[in-house]
Amino acid sequence: MNMTFTMPALGPLMPEILLVCMAVFLIIVDLIYPRNRELLTQITLMASVGLIAILLNQDSATTFGGMFIVDPYSIFFKIICLGGTAITALLSRQYLDVEGIREGEYYSLMMFSVVGMMVMVSATDLIVVYLGLELMALSVYCLVGLLKSDSRSNEAAVKYFLMGGFSSAILLFGISLLYGLTGTTGLTEIANYCSETNILANPALLAGFALVLSGFCFKIGAAPFHFWTPDIYQGAPSSMSAFMSVVPKAAGFAVLGRFLITGFPELHGNWDMLIAAIALLSMAIGNIVALSQRNIKRMLAYSSIAHVGYALLGFLPGTTEGYSASMSYLFIYGFMNMGAFAIVILFCTSDNRRESLDDYKGLAKRNPIAALLMLIFMFSLAGIPPTAGFIGKFYLLKSALAAGYTYTVLIALVFSAISAYFYLRLVRYMYMEDPQDEFTATYSPGLTAALAISTLGVIGIGILPGSLLSWASKALIGL
Amino acid sequence: MSFPILSLLIFLPILGGIALLGVSNKKDVGSVKVMALMISILELLLTLPLLFAFDKTTPAMQFVERHDWIKIFNIEYYLGVDGIAILFIPLSALITILCILVSWKSIQTKVKEFFVAMLLLEGAMIGVFCSVDFFLFYIFWEAMLIPMFLLIGVWGGPNRIYAATKFFLYTLVGSLLMLVGIITLYIKGGNTFDILALAQLDLPVGTQLILFWAFFAAFAVKVPMWPVHTWLPDAHTEAPAAGSVVLAGILIKMGAYGFLRFSMPILPEATSAMMMPMIVLSLIGIVYGGIVCLAQTDLKRLIAYSSVSHMGFITLGIFALNTQSVEGGILQMINHGVVTGALFLGIGMVYERTHTRKICDYGGLATNMPVFASFFLLFTLAAVGLPGTNGFVGELLILLGSFLTRPWVALIAASGLIIGAWYMLWLYQRIFFNPVNSKWDTIKELELREIVTLMPMVILIFWIGLFPNSLLSYMHVSVSHLLEQVTSNPDGVASGVQLAVDHALDAAIQGAHHVQHVSH
Repeated sequence: MNMTFTMPALGPLMPEILLVCMAVFLIIVDLIYPRNRELLTQITLMASVGLIAILLNQDSATTFGGMFIVDPYSIFFKIICLGGTAITALLSRQYLDVEGIREGEYYSLMMFSVVGMMVMVSATDLIVVYLGLELMALSVYCLVGLLKSDSRSNEAAVKYFLMGGFSSAILLFGISLLYGLTGTTGLTEIANYCSETNILANPALLAGFALVLSGFCFKIGAAPFHFWTPDIYQGAPSSMSAFMSVVPKAAGFAVLGRFLITGFPELHGNWDMLIAAIALLSMAIGNIVALSQRNIKRMLAYSSIAHVGYALLGFLPGTTEGYSASMSYLFIYGFMNMGAFAIVILFCTSDNRRESLDDYKGLAKRNPIAALLMLIFMFSLAGIPPTAGFIGKFYLLKSALAAGYTYTVLIALVFSAISAYFYLRLVRYMYMEDPQDEFTATYSPGLTAALAISTLGVIGIGILPGSLLSWASKALIGL
Repeated sequence: MSFPILSLLIFLPILGGIALLGVSNKKDVGSVKVMALMISILELLLTLPLLFAFDKTTPAMQFVERHDWIKIFNIEYYLGVDGIAILFIPLSALITILCILVSWKSIQTKVKEFFVAMLLLEGAMIGVFCSVDFFLFYIFWEAMLIPMFLLIGVWGGPNRIYAATKFFLYTLVGSLLMLVGIITLYIKGGNTFDILALAQLDLPVGTQLILFWAFFAAFAVKVPMWPVHTWLPDAHTEAPAAGSVVLAGILIKMGAYGFLRFSMPILPEATSAMMMPMIVLSLIGIVYGGIVCLAQTDLKRLIAYSSVSHMGFITLGIFALNTQSVEGGILQMINHGVVTGALFLGIGMVYERTHTRKICDYGGLATNMPVFASFFLLFTLAAVGLPGTNGFVGELLILLGSFLTRPWVALIAASGLIIGAWYMLWLYQRIFFNPVNSKWDTIKELELREIVTLMPMVILIFWIGLFPNSLLSYMHVSVSHLLEQVTSNPDGVASGVQLAVDHALDAAIQGAHHVQHVSH
């Protein structure tokens, strides 16, 4: 047998390679100019924004024998990831100062995790997916435990690590079953094999499918695989909670979407009810448990579980419209959740983190702007027009209704109405209760920019959603 | 392309409100008030050309503005008004001015935010009445909730948080069901939100019925119809005076407007089929609301329940489905806005002085506040429906119309009028005539600002009472068109008795003139 090794084309991989270089560069910069966080922030920011510009002009291509693909779908998700990273970088500056986190690795680890995510969303082979997933996860484990003197942060890191490892094992087990049955780990090849042979009814295949699905659901924090979310969001540094609630989730959704669209389109009749159950359970647990939370980060964690449920609604129909609705929703969700966490960070000072809901009482009096912005984000999370949250939810409901999932939608609406209660409660505390402490927030330039971007996103997309929605639906062409 | 007057009317207050946000709260509170007042007056002036330029001979949408908005869903920025919507626009503008005036002194905290919320609310309200695209309508409809939630929750009474949350959640649940209905309609109706195109559809009756109840969830909560009215007494009672006025004056009219604008033309067969259940719910509302009023000890709560009763009349008129009743219903929407708005204005003024809403704390106010007592008497009589006032014309038309449909309906509805006279006059007696409560010996009479606030309402009460045709003439063509869509007959369910009704109407109007002469 004559084995020849040809170098695969690296062109499509350029953004990832550049990002790895940036991550290494950040470590070097930290060595040369120790503790210069201003510089690190700026480099991270420029790298993210620069890469978005590169991605926008990137052509579709495949490489590594079709295991890695650049297509509009992956570019869409990569832009969410990089955009989320850029906003996180803006948020981090003030937060790291307040919490006294001095590690320069913070930025570098964040970059590495983004590389992992970019590999994930571009992967068309389950092994490559796993590779990207682990790179992302390992970086995030470290980031979660960055508040070294805080036991909650340590607990969160260990918990996340253990549960993440466990879920990775489940994922791998599922992949191995699929490989054993189909003889391949490539998604397209799996789909071809399934349609050529009569294997779809094989229980082992369904088991493998279900295990892989569980692994992904763990990563996106969907119920019943959500148990890690609240503790970890609460324990992690707030900037990391913001990051985790948006960026890795978007990547997880991208992988899940590709897995379902490319790998198992023919099983749609089997998985749609499964996804519906996961989605509704996520909404139920997220929204109902959030009602009784007194810590804002915990509340936002449960709210993020619920939002994963909403976003999954778009996967139900298995239609292009549905996927594009989910993608739009994740994009919008990024803005509103980042915005809400930005306010959490704004109110965090070195002597008092102000993470209890009671700390928000009467905030509107001394911090009218922050309160107004939080109001906008809360109404957007609740899905009230004219904010972007409404547009996102509308698109999801429409795609599910068009495919005939009327009862699922009706149940989803019940939970949506329940969720309005706890979002409103925060607004109520800020505007309608008496203040408890005389606290006036200080706005650093980075945080101001992050807030401005989030607000513009939430209001802008709310009023003129046209281009986002058509971008999301175009991104699915050819998938 | 003509001048985009409707967009201007929607966005002048919204942008004005946002601009006012930039003003510093501490130094320039006075100027915020003045600017808000100026914006709202300008808004009212801008609505006047609308009234004059309106072509009363066509049921088509006028002052149309139509642009693509969200192409992927075929959603349009589509504005227009017809004879049903037109009158609510100046009314909204007027009520906003009065709300700003009545809040001039009573709002002491977060003053700037209050006036900004008022202006944003005004823009959204006018947007609701102008939208011809269902999606656009929904955006304004829901967006209204945010400022209203804040108005009640931030500046309301002691139990304001409960009331505001209840208001919000009730309305939200109803609206979400309507949203599902709207999307279903969009999917079944050829991917459009244009309500004129949707009205051309011929949907199967089963679908129509489902959609009818989905829309009912939103509109009935807003009206509010019995049995989903329970948010209203809380919201009315706890809201600041301006909040109550705008709630009574405009917001709850939108439920009835929704039936007229959406349920009836788009779902004609379901509307006809559901006529009786709707009439029965309206009757229950009329009688139940009235009886509950008799047991109230709280001034604002009483007026709130009287709204439930009066709104029952309006939905009765709408669902009796003939020319008289529907026109009467629309006219009564305006009348109720004026009269109940005026009552809440009055209550707001007296509450500012006494800080109590308990009816038993009052007594003998007529001694020290004779001018106020005269105003309030007039409003009370208009609420009762005394001939010569606007309340009479609307109620008469509704009763006539429903009599033509089903005589027993008119009979039960008329009993609501009697109860109405009972609780209103009794209320008036307890506040103004009973033995003087010595607490109020030093109470101040109305000042000029307050008299100016109440005057437009007085003028409207008599104007509509004496010249109802000046308003009804806007509606005739549109209402016939609407009824033709629903019942395939421009006169609605009961035709052929038109002449008798016209005679009765003439007699009534002459009677009103007569009363006027006598009083001179």
